[in-house]
Amino acid sequence: MHTQWNDRESLIHPASAPDYLREEQLHKLQLQRLRAITKHAYDNQALFRERMDASGVTPDDIRTLDDIRKLPFTQKTDLRDTYPYGLFAVPMNEVVRLHASSGTTGKPIVVAYTNEDIEVWKEVMVRAYACAGLDSGDIIQNAYGYGLFTGGLGAHYGAEALGATVIPISGGNSERQIMVMRDFGTTAICSTPSYFLHLIEFAEKMGINWEDFPLRAGIFGAEPWTDEMRDYIEGKTGIKAFDIYGLSEIIGPGVGMACSEQNGLHIFEDHFMIEIVDPVTDEPMPDGQEGELIITTLSKKAMPVMRYRTHDITSIIAEKCACGRTIRRINRIARRSDDMFIIRGVNIFPSQIEAALLKVEETLPHYQIVLYRSGGMDQMEVQVEVTAETFSDTVRGVEAVHKQLSEAIAHILGIRVKLTLVEPNTIERSMGKAKRVIDNR
Amino acid sequence: MKLKQLSVFLENKPGRLRELCALLADNGINMITISLADTEQFGILRLIVSDCEAAKTILEAKGFVAKITEVIAVEVNDEPGGLRDVLQVEDAAGISVEYMYAFTIKSGENAVLLFRFDDMDKAVVALKSAGFKVLDRVTLFQHSEN
Repeated sequence: MHTQWNDRESLIHPASAPDYLREEQLHKLQLQRLRAITKHAYDNQALFRERMDASGVTPDDIRTLDDIRKLPFTQKTDLRDTYPYGLFAVPMNEVVRLHASSGTTGKPIVVAYTNEDIEVWKEVMVRAYACAGLDSGDIIQNAYGYGLFTGGLGAHYGAEALGATVIPISGGNSERQIMVMRDFGTTAICSTPSYFLHLIEFAEKMGINWEDFPLRAGIFGAEPWTDEMRDYIEGKTGIKAFDIYGLSEIIGPGVGMACSEQNGLHIFEDHFMIEIVDPVTDEPMPDGQEGELIITTLSKKAMPVMRYRTHDITSIIAEKCACGRTIRRINRIARRSDDMFIIRGVNIFPSQIEAALLKVEETLPHYQIVLYRSGGMDQMEVQVEVTAETFSDTVRGVEAVHKQLSEAIAHILGIRVKLTLVEPNTIERSMGKAKRVIDNR
Repeated sequence: MKLKQLSVFLENKPGRLRELCALLADNGINMITISLADTEQFGILRLIVSDCEAAKTILEAKGFVAKITEVIAVEVNDEPGGLRDVLQVEDAAGISVEYMYAFTIKSGENAVLLFRFDDMDKAVVALKSAGFKVLDRVTLFQHSEN
């Protein structure tokens, strides 16, 4: 029998108290933290200070929460351009952890944490698990990749802080995932939604009956997914599938989380201040209307990120949530305002594929990226047109080119993707900006 | 003493070979022989045609990637051991075959073997000194038009 997901939710985890603050208390706390972090960033981050000085704004100009609009935006490229440590705002002896995620052109983006930052991260992850009704009695199988990627360690330490039992299985090896899930009595799993879809298919082939598993919740994130996927997962397995939101630049997983109502994601607003702006005019959008999500880290000391442009398109849900939490929600991330896409939890920009192709070929060949779904997983195929220069008469010669291109891409992305050599002029030419990504998912 | 061959990259998709053949036929290009090397992903078509340069221009104009390469054509008796004898000579000279294909001349008595060796110049010398008949373009076409 499945344990009902909400059997144990009557008690509020102590860490979750800020989720229930009265609006004026929350705003007071936010303003206090916004003023402090603005001053900290101004005093310790050269790039931020230069931009503030250029626009004639000082930390003292932040008197209300709306004054956040006076602050300059931070772009993903700012993190790349200051690689590796340019945005760190504390001395290195205070930095206790580094993580990295892929950047726009192959160089990773490095993020740093002080001890205090790690504590904040654990706290928001505990609150995220609590949103899913998990507690110290749960056995959490963490199938996020461990390593530089924030997902693995973020979910891990959060689960330990919750007091739950963590199985640090990391990603991959589906057969072992299923075996462990059954034999260890896993009650909750953390993974990308596409990986869990893959596990569902895999389990079906193994003849698994989900009724025999005590699994009751899935915490799925690190890539966009849909309500349809959630319904499919819940229908197939009988678990509750929760959406978790986060990004390395801000902290990792634990910026926002869906609750038992499963209607949008609560943002842990006491640590992450959100705005929605028109991605073109930068004007604030009213609640309920779609725009680009902007996040300011209110507590992060090692690397404060002010008004970060996430390029994620969503809207704020102003109505109070029936779960009782007072922190606001955003709708599930529907799409992005740039050309980034996510495959197997890895952020990918077409510009990275270009950079890889140029490592092998002297001039950029015509190429396109086809996104599709296979075996429940999002996959990508890079199609590259053969040229007179790259075509050699022997199978071995053509396969060598294929291998060089595949390896250059794997080197930059960190994951292997399918590469197909195609005949010239088979990739559609478009006027103006080339359409590089065909999304068949 | 080498023969010009046309090599064309082909994607593995239905109808592509027919399109290429139609293009050559419509332009009066005759194929003497043809060989297709295929892999899971793509194919390489190798052709001996009546006019290599013209065929290349025609195919390229229609978006094919075509390359003129060289092969060695050896005429042997169409009987058991014909190919073995040639390979014996090349093995002895330390030359490897990269690929090969063959066809019979219309009279039915002789076969022509087409080779791509790793060392083409050395291969020609070895074959000739062993007494093999290495064909050039002209004689090859004379044969095929008999």
